[in-house]
Amino acid sequence: MISQKRKIADSLVYGLIYLCVALSVALLAGIILYVFVKGVSHVNWEFMTTVTSVLRGTVGIAGNIVNTLYIIVITMLIATPIGVGTAIYLNEYAKPGKIVSLIEFATETLAGIPSIIFGLFGMMFFGQTLGLGYSILTGSLTLILMVLPLITRNTQEALKTVPDSYRNGAIGLGAGKWHMIRTVLLPSAMPGIITGVILAIGRIVGESAALLFTAGSAKTLPKTLSMLFPKIFQSGGSLTIQLYLSATSEGDFDSAFAIALVLLVIVLLINMGTKWLAKRFDVSRIQ
Amino acid sequence: METKTKISVENLNLYYGENHALKDVNMDICANAITAFIGPSGCGKSTFLKTLNRMNDLVENVRIDGRVCLDGDDIYDSGMDTTLLRKRVGMVFQQPNPFPMSIYDNIAYGPRVHGIKSKAKLDEIVEESLRGAAIFDEVKDRLKKSALGLSGGQQQRICIARALAVQPEVILMDEPTSALDPISTSKIEELMEQLKKQYTVIVVTHNMQQAVRVSDYTAFFLVGEMVEFGKTKDIFSYPQDKRTEDYITGRFG
Repeated sequence: MISQKRKIADSLVYGLIYLCVALSVALLAGIILYVFVKGVSHVNWEFMTTVTSVLRGTVGIAGNIVNTLYIIVITMLIATPIGVGTAIYLNEYAKPGKIVSLIEFATETLAGIPSIIFGLFGMMFFGQTLGLGYSILTGSLTLILMVLPLITRNTQEALKTVPDSYRNGAIGLGAGKWHMIRTVLLPSAMPGIITGVILAIGRIVGESAALLFTAGSAKTLPKTLSMLFPKIFQSGGSLTIQLYLSATSEGDFDSAFAIALVLLVIVLLINMGTKWLAKRFDVSRIQ
Repeated sequence: METKTKISVENLNLYYGENHALKDVNMDICANAITAFIGPSGCGKSTFLKTLNRMNDLVENVRIDGRVCLDGDDIYDSGMDTTLLRKRVGMVFQQPNPFPMSIYDNIAYGPRVHGIKSKAKLDEIVEESLRGAAIFDEVKDRLKKSALGLSGGQQQRICIARALAVQPEVILMDEPTSALDPISTSKIEELMEQLKKQYTVIVVTHNMQQAVRVSDYTAFFLVGEMVEFGKTKDIFSYPQDKRTEDYITGRFG
């Protein structure tokens, strides 16, 4: 009797679990398929490599791609060293206590704040107070605030998984603290740090709210290579912003879905890259 | 046998916060001999070992008074360079802890810390140290491979080789065989016999038979106190203190 009941309960639970799995897979596959079908016919060489121009009659996102890359590079160049440095300080130098837990609590909270709040702050502080206006720099500075907690947390977690025996081993051989961190801790923590960095890049690629009123929406390309640097002080819309504009004010859903598809592919590539890099840098796997 | 004092400890007290972990320890440790510290868990023997190369500096809330002299110089003197101290007094830990690097880089780590860059010189040190730790023949064909791929016993000898590579004078071993199988243990014990010709070896051990087998001198610790210290055969044959006798005859511990 009992075993009969158990069997029924078991198959019921199994059925429910399979239903949940099927549902989430179907939803995910559905979205991807929908975007793919709607977007794929409009993604072509011209779309990827030209700028939208009424004169030439072209529709393209090259400017937005460059802006997105530009924002990623500037943000990460500044955020990575600060984030990793903060994590090293918190984990290796600071004495555990109230201040450290306060900083950790603040970092955790910052990581969970809706990005539009960062955008509002960025617009008021970097854009208005510092007078940077709508520019790639304003956008990047805003995003730095947003991804810093992510990088710091991930680096800290990675450092925490490095066994103390490595620290003692190096110190016991007479290594100074910084030497120990540089030669033993950081290489061991590298996969975790890389994961944090790439997750941050993923956040940037997908970010729209915080960029909407900081980086602006210009889609032009710098005319020459030497114009690339001054571009940092000019408005530059990322792919996500262009998607928003295409789907709303421009009413061009074909382009919107094409951009969505491009973004999906980029995110997929980033995820694959993360896995590959984290594996490559995993020192414990060296044969 | 002519004996020379390598490390001399005078009135050493150590506190973890409020906890008085080492109580007025006095000891002269002989050069080119093996000294064993025995005692039940929590008796302070490992803590005492770590005071000898100031590894306790890394622990929060530790306060130490008294003197620990290495060749007559107080290592707790404010002028003491801990980097140089730890070069002279090396350490092997309970759990084998090779770094996640190649065998070669593990051994070369210490010499590199102390500024040796020449490839030829490093090659020479690596081979010499691996030979000194009786593991060269086992790993000579895989020096560029990860040290983490070795067995526990081999890893521990890699760690001993790594400690030898900075040419220390004293080697501290904190229960170096407690994580190893009997065959690896006997290899390490044989190795210790070899090492004492050139180095002063101090070993913390849980295993009294090991103390009898390898050591020349034994110190017995109990709740932060050094109860008895002397030649190993005297301690184990004619213990002076009732507590030592109880411990070595297995009445507690």
